[in-house]
Amino acid sequence: MTQQEALFKYTLRLGDNALILSQRLSEWCSNAPFIEEDLALTNFALDMIGRAQVLLRYAGEVEGKEKSEDILAFRRSERQYYNNQIAEQPNGDFACTMVRQLFISAFELYLFTELQKSKDATIAAVAAKTLKEVRYHLAHAEDWIIRLGNGTTESHNRVQQAVNDLWMFTGEQFEMDETDNLLIAEGIAADLHALQPLWSNYIENILSKATIKTPQDAYMQTGSRKGIHTEHLGHLLSDMQYLQRAYPDAIW
Amino acid sequence: MTVHSFQEHFDAKIDNEVMIEPRDWMPDDYRKTLIRQISQHAHSEIVGMLPEGNWITRAPSLRRKAVLLAKVQDEGGHGLYLYSAAETLGITRDEMYDQLHTGKAKYSSIFNYPSLTWADMGAIGWLVDGAAIMNQVPLCRTSYGPYARAMVRVCKEESFHQRQGFEIMMTLANGTDVQKKMAQDALNRWWWPSIMMFGPSDADSPHTAQSMRWRIKRFTNDELRQKFIDVTVEQAKLIGLTVPDPDLKWNEERGHYDFGPINWDEFWNVVKGNGPCNKERLEARKKAWENGAWVRDAAMAHAEKRKARKENKEVKAA
Repeated sequence: MTQQEALFKYTLRLGDNALILSQRLSEWCSNAPFIEEDLALTNFALDMIGRAQVLLRYAGEVEGKEKSEDILAFRRSERQYYNNQIAEQPNGDFACTMVRQLFISAFELYLFTELQKSKDATIAAVAAKTLKEVRYHLAHAEDWIIRLGNGTTESHNRVQQAVNDLWMFTGEQFEMDETDNLLIAEGIAADLHALQPLWSNYIENILSKATIKTPQDAYMQTGSRKGIHTEHLGHLLSDMQYLQRAYPDAIW
Repeated sequence: MTVHSFQEHFDAKIDNEVMIEPRDWMPDDYRKTLIRQISQHAHSEIVGMLPEGNWITRAPSLRRKAVLLAKVQDEGGHGLYLYSAAETLGITRDEMYDQLHTGKAKYSSIFNYPSLTWADMGAIGWLVDGAAIMNQVPLCRTSYGPYARAMVRVCKEESFHQRQGFEIMMTLANGTDVQKKMAQDALNRWWWPSIMMFGPSDADSPHTAQSMRWRIKRFTNDELRQKFIDVTVEQAKLIGLTVPDPDLKWNEERGHYDFGPINWDEFWNVVKGNGPCNKERLEARKKAWENGAWVRDAAMAHAEKRKARKENKEVKAA
């Protein structure tokens, strides 16, 4: 693997995580418990589309085959997507969406803090901008987890259920392969193994404030590094890509 | 002051274009009319998120997706300003929701039409927001202060949406044959419903005279409708689309376009709940509200607990 190939794949991974979660969050539009939450969730979706646009555009440049961000977003199939499986998990109820957000935003907080120092100027710049947004996403998710955890019995149980259900997707965020190793050596990528304990402490602290039990580490799902996904991604992409696929000659 | 002099004082303010503010005396019917109009306006913003929200996950480029998301978010924000404006008249948001969910309060009939293709995002922005702007710009000078100020903010964003919608239509109209057909089809389906957005003709509009006297309304439905048609027909020509009205003809004498008859049967049917999507739209709003009940309950319970803890601390400290 060349550095160029690694950087292409790494950038896609970051871009895909933003794009797929954005797609999920935008499904909340008009379905949230109240309008303020409609606005908050779609606001986050919008932040993430912005991030995906920049990263996928950059991935296209790195690859050097003149693929625009739209070609990369709308013409790759599920086996060519590299987002973490947690990002593609269905919204479920509001608790499930907030737990997913907490797990991902806390990861992103540490990841982009590291990536600000990346020797790749584009990645460093995206990281600096993203970090501001992620702090906001995280504060929102954290507030809700604490509020729901200490709300009613029903809300407490729903959060606990969501934590239990999503836990097996959290390990994958910290997996590394030769892509990471090659780029870490160049000072471009972040060492995810170093971030894991920070993330675990953070999450445990929030969950304990919410009176929610942190699950025991057990089997963790894996696959996205190789483009292996859950069954959810195919449906998400069919919906997202259909116009571009149906009318490949059109400019929108 | 006697009620009579309150009334005279109010009338004088209206005549002198002095804004009425929440603490000012106002006739009961003025208050009721405004509550009805502002809350229906707020509901329209919220229900109006649905036909466009329908295409967010399917938008054909990342840029279009971002723009559409931002737009739908703006609509939600407009709903919030307008609910706040209505609340200054002494009704709560929960009461207004209840009226929406039980069908007691109406919302704009336009949102009972389905958004069937991507081109509908262009048509809605261009025509529906275009018609809304025609209606709303005069409302920036409406006599009730909080409503007028909300409209200033709303209008700025709406004109932006309208231009974006027109840009989508222009791109499609200049695109492939399939895209052109898609654009024309969307115009065909949204044209008449947009024309109907201005409400019944002046002869059948019972509230107009009083609302004009109170300067809640500044122009009649038919005046605004004519203005909209005059402007929009030219825009359609510019991008090579045909307005679906065989009777449409420039009238040199009037200096306006003459246009064909409006299907008022369809209009009243949609207003009464028999449009293509009335049931779905209302169900979607009710479902979001009902599914969110446990979240709102939890937020309340948590706020109560925090308040109790804080009071407990203060008691101990004292």
